[in-house]
Amino acid sequence: MSLFHIMIFLPFIFAVFTPFIYKLVSPRIHTGWFVILVPLTVFLYLLQYIPTIANGSTIYQTVPWMPSLNINITTNIDGLALIFGLLITGVGTLVVLYSIYYMSKHREALHNFYVYMLLFMGAMLGLVFSDNILVLYVFWELTSISSFLLIAYWYQRKNSRYGAQKSMLITIFGGLAMLAGLIMLSMITDTYSIREMLSKVDLVTADSLFLPAMILLLIGAFTKSAQFPFSIWLPYAMEAPTPISAYLHSATMVKAGIYLVARFTPIFGGSSEWFWIVSGVGIITLIYGSINAVNQKDLKALLAYSTISQLGLIMCLLGLGSASMYFGHGDESTVYAYAVLAAMFHLINHSTFKGSLFMVVGIIDHETGTRDIRKLGGLMSLMPVSFTLTIIGSFAMAGLPPFNGFLSKEMFFTSVLTAAEHPVFGMKTFGLLIPVIAWIASVFTFIYCLILVFKTFTGKHRPEKLDKVVHEAPIGMLIPPIILALLVIIIFFFPNGVSKNFLQPALIAILPGFAETGGLDVTIKPWHGWNTELFMTIGVAGFGVIMYLYLKRWSFLYNFFPKALSLNHLYNQSIEGTENISLKVTNRYMTGHVRDYLVYIFGFMTLLLGSALWLSKEFSFTISNDADVTVYEGGIIVAMVISALTVLLSKSRLTAIIALGALGYLVSLFFVIFRAPDLALTQLVVETVTAALFLLCFYHLPELRKEISRVKFKATNLVISIGVGVIVTLLALASNNHRLFASISHFFEDSYTLAGAKNIVNAILVDFRGLDTMLEILVLCIAGLGVYTLIKLQLAGREKE
Amino acid sequence: MNPNDVILRSVTKVAIVVILTFSIYLFLGGHHNPGGGFIGGLSVAAGLVLLYLAFDIETVRKNIPVDFKKLAGLGVLIAVLTGVSSLFFDKPFLNQTFGYFNLPIFGKTELATAVLFDIGVALAVIGTAVTIILSISEDG
Repeated sequence: MSLFHIMIFLPFIFAVFTPFIYKLVSPRIHTGWFVILVPLTVFLYLLQYIPTIANGSTIYQTVPWMPSLNINITTNIDGLALIFGLLITGVGTLVVLYSIYYMSKHREALHNFYVYMLLFMGAMLGLVFSDNILVLYVFWELTSISSFLLIAYWYQRKNSRYGAQKSMLITIFGGLAMLAGLIMLSMITDTYSIREMLSKVDLVTADSLFLPAMILLLIGAFTKSAQFPFSIWLPYAMEAPTPISAYLHSATMVKAGIYLVARFTPIFGGSSEWFWIVSGVGIITLIYGSINAVNQKDLKALLAYSTISQLGLIMCLLGLGSASMYFGHGDESTVYAYAVLAAMFHLINHSTFKGSLFMVVGIIDHETGTRDIRKLGGLMSLMPVSFTLTIIGSFAMAGLPPFNGFLSKEMFFTSVLTAAEHPVFGMKTFGLLIPVIAWIASVFTFIYCLILVFKTFTGKHRPEKLDKVVHEAPIGMLIPPIILALLVIIIFFFPNGVSKNFLQPALIAILPGFAETGGLDVTIKPWHGWNTELFMTIGVAGFGVIMYLYLKRWSFLYNFFPKALSLNHLYNQSIEGTENISLKVTNRYMTGHVRDYLVYIFGFMTLLLGSALWLSKEFSFTISNDADVTVYEGGIIVAMVISALTVLLSKSRLTAIIALGALGYLVSLFFVIFRAPDLALTQLVVETVTAALFLLCFYHLPELRKEISRVKFKATNLVISIGVGVIVTLLALASNNHRLFASISHFFEDSYTLAGAKNIVNAILVDFRGLDTMLEILVLCIAGLGVYTLIKLQLAGREKE
Repeated sequence: MNPNDVILRSVTKVAIVVILTFSIYLFLGGHHNPGGGFIGGLSVAAGLVLLYLAFDIETVRKNIPVDFKKLAGLGVLIAVLTGVSSLFFDKPFLNQTFGYFNLPIFGKTELATAVLFDIGVALAVIGTAVTIILSISEDG
């Protein structure tokens, strides 16, 4: 295992110890001071790769995981992954620092908070660096789960639970779709490695599964990145603590979808479907998010919609950029490749300004007790630092100089304009729409940026509406947004360092066709003359200011949109409907009588096995090969039958338990006869313990209600019981005669040379099938905890009564 | 069970030593002879059941102050960690190895990493079994 792997897994390793650290130091020292070391270490470690990656090289490192299934933890460090890795750990460090001041060390369950957060961090790192699609999928779902836990962190609140459930249902649905897509891809290319897939792109394009795989994969990406119409979960995810919103829902997790699209562009890009779906969904999301953001009253909700819209922008750029694959080399190819560069640039910029904005909103919330813009106002003189930070962040988002958002916004305009002029996939006809929509969306973006700054900080301060006396936040809370805001400005003045070290390598990763030429030589300049893009920006600013001033005159238009048609309404309806239906179905069979359950279980088993045997027409058996049945074996069988009948017919529970034990002992006698002492001993011990357990329960259980109603004869029960007996016997006989595969027992004969164990049972348990054992004891533990919880709950319930 | 059962108590006091010793033997001998984590763990659990039967739960709990829920969790954790640790040696997950060492008293002895994994299994089994038994018996 390389140092790099350890770095990726560091958050997981640290997560294991976090609760202990919390127990040790809380509440004297904030647990965050220890946690912050993790992202900081990984960040500093990753920095050393920048020069290597900037030269255009890619580093692969493999650790075998399940080599027999071709699943290995292969890491792939290239320009794209490195940008994400640095964002995850860099923003992560700042967010942890911020959370130290935001989360009270006295009131909050910090160990849970940081464990979830570290889980998330590790999952994100694993996701962006893994080359194996199955490993990637595991990490992908882990981000969904840890985000669910984080959103539901204040689980006492109804809204938190609702938001968490919503985000999980949608993102996991997308994840499953993505899994199907990934499996299709691996079926086509016969590999799990993304790198190897890249060398088989021709196979993918020619396959009939090309379109389904692509759409399924995109559903995964769109749900994660909150693209329209899956975007509805993101505003509700704002129930999470603000550091989490800043981290997950602006800087990192939601960008996983972007990452996925970028990562698979070399495989799917160049087709018109990919081009139109990605850029189309992106641009719809862009305008949908920006229009909705204007109408929000909650600052965090406003930022959430703005995130949706900005993600749409990046998605749209990636879609446009994929056309470059179609052209291969040449001028047209460069024109479109420029969009990819813009996408990556905006991705970095968005993380800096949106991260700082979220943190500032958290500060406002923390210091005033509300995020409602109708209550806020006039905070400028009270919170001067926050005001400055908001100006920087919002104006960067609005695309004004001298902030980095201006540069990427201009690049965005350039991309949509040039794309509209170049003939590809029918861009001549529909192409003009894209710049127009982009421009309108930018106007709305401008408006909500103005709302964010001026509604909060100017106007009249009304302390009577606030619960707290407002003052500036402590310095520790301000440092992280200040660092991000500084980055916003630094990137504006020195964009070419970013371009050379990060954007170019990422471009090569997304569009491998440029690898030979060393990428696209783009020098980003703040001033590029009086061109169309600049006029567009001026227009955006002008219109934005006018529309902001007359906001009250036209904002009533929002009320015309019927609530019943909104996506949220649809979501709620479908959730409610599903719950009702499943409740009805469940009530139908959950009668509370064990007898009924047994009827269902055994009836189903008989039907399933019986029809399988019938349909496969595989039932046949011969007894010619069987060994002779000796007298004492016959005797044991008779004894077994007798004890089985005793269990059934005995009147007393004690007799039944003992008879059951006897049956088990008799089975272990068979193991002795067939020379399997290991098995026999296991069986003996198990029987002893279960019999003892039974007796103990028997002694301690409350007296059963004497339910000696006469059991009526039921034909169904008779049919089912006979059916089960017959089916099991038939199955045993049939399976004895069908050896489809060579016996595996020869493999286990070598247990001494392979595992150094003379006891085969144990060698199988801990060596050959170690994974099974591990999962088994996990299941065992969960079952035990289940029993414990059920009984504790029952006891608690009884005490209440 | 009658808590004043003198015979059961007297026998248990002696038997428990034998049972636990034998369980340890079963556990350690598991690599070459019948036994191992599962069986060793189960027999320890069986011994504990006997203790609980002979003495009342409070007494045993006072003398063996172990939270068996945590023990079960610890077992799973150990098993997973031994699996993960093989990754550090560039071997697949859960890869086990063994070697022969010359120890002072035992002479040439085989030491296998599988035993570490087995400890996890044993602890998980003990923890779970006793947790279930205790919670059921408290229900009375």
